[in-house]
Amino acid sequence: MQTLRRTPLYERHRALNARMVSFAGWEMPVQYEGVIPEHKAVRSDAGVFDVSHMGELEVEGPRAHEFLQSMLSNDLDKVEPGGAQYTLLTNGRGGIIDDLIAYRLEPGRYLLIVNASNREAVYESLKERELSGSDVRDVSDDYALLAVQGPRSLERLGLDAAPSFTFAMGELDGIEVMVNRTGYTGEQGVELMVPAEDAEELWDRVLERGVVPAGLGARDTLRLEVCFPLHGNDIGPDTDAISAGLGWASALDKDFTGVEELRRIKQEGPQRKLVPFEMEGAGIPRQGMAIAGGGEVTSGTHSPMLDKGIGMGYVPVAQAEPGTELSVDVRGRERPARVVTKPIYKRQEG
Amino acid sequence: MAAEESYPDDIRYHREHDWARIEGDEAVLGITWYAQDALGELVHYEPPEQGATVSRGTPYGEVESVKAVSDVIAPISGEVLEVNKAVVDAPETVNEDPYGNGWLIRIRLSDPAEAEQLLDAAAYREVLAEQ
Repeated sequence: MQTLRRTPLYERHRALNARMVSFAGWEMPVQYEGVIPEHKAVRSDAGVFDVSHMGELEVEGPRAHEFLQSMLSNDLDKVEPGGAQYTLLTNGRGGIIDDLIAYRLEPGRYLLIVNASNREAVYESLKERELSGSDVRDVSDDYALLAVQGPRSLERLGLDAAPSFTFAMGELDGIEVMVNRTGYTGEQGVELMVPAEDAEELWDRVLERGVVPAGLGARDTLRLEVCFPLHGNDIGPDTDAISAGLGWASALDKDFTGVEELRRIKQEGPQRKLVPFEMEGAGIPRQGMAIAGGGEVTSGTHSPMLDKGIGMGYVPVAQAEPGTELSVDVRGRERPARVVTKPIYKRQEG
Repeated sequence: MAAEESYPDDIRYHREHDWARIEGDEAVLGITWYAQDALGELVHYEPPEQGATVSRGTPYGEVESVKAVSDVIAPISGEVLEVNKAVVDAPETVNEDPYGNGWLIRIRLSDPAEAEQLLDAAAYREVLAEQ
């Protein structure tokens, strides 16, 4: 019997009557009012997610940059202090141990924000190869992380716009916060990191500003509408970055773990590709459903914005072109679907 | 808007969270407040064909929310006379009014005596208390 971990905001979620579920060893809010209203609040205004279950690792030292450059797939030479980068930690087969964001705090000091379920795996693989002069520490328990996302998020928080994948220290109603211009919804927004003891006060201030609490249910439908992969569903240790469409985050001209395998897949061309698709009629695709021709659904849901079933899955390359008709086995019924371009949901301009 | 929790006295219940309103030799079937609350906002209802046979204790359709899909279990046996098209078109009707506009099918009973095995509201509440 494993005891579920709780974030510093657990009591706040209970007070809001959130429905709590077990996720990656954590007891997390899956919804407050409902997935659909929370999803729509983020698309039209602003919502806040407690993502304090995510892991935070610090890598520090004169060789920290050199060390991470040899471990992570993307090119950290392109990141200045104050900048951040989406990147992958890969294994020797080119498989994905985790996808994460690296924040360059100082020339020789990085913060890595990793998936909750991979916190230990990332820590262990980094520790295994740690160089003298690059100290790896798990600081997850010291911090809380709130993602505030939506077209009115900055206005509601009183923050100025800034380029995405940057960060700065800032202040919100007297609380000192690290303001990260990152997110997982496809909307404008920030991720606010604070010491764990400030979490409840920050949460209260954010809600007072009219931001709607949103749970993991909406987080999943939002990310899937914009085709952000979810580790454990769409990517994992047995899937490679090229087939997953993450070649853009893989600097194949530098050396990192598994790069030879990724170069080979890139050169030969992948056997299958991760593609987004929409259902043509009824039916909601779900993880694990078969796609006729040898494919498999890795994520599926009902899109609140498109009001139809959407998903992502691996299909043979011959079926990967946008427009290709697919057939998904929805509990014994063959349901027509079509490969589309990313993102599935295109944000309304203006 | 989601409905308030309730278990009316004028209908009969099945422990798989389904209800039947018996009207002579016909019955209207649906899912309980507890079932719709556990699923969340419904986004899809897969009904049986009109004329199909439904059998007590076995699935006759599916209801699906953003997060989950669930079989709908027949509390009582019969032949499908009518499917609620309003729920096919707007599945959230079940969340709004699970015992009224959110009914799922109307059947002609093949064995009206089966009704005696259904639970009344008090007995169904005891089932819920054990969940």
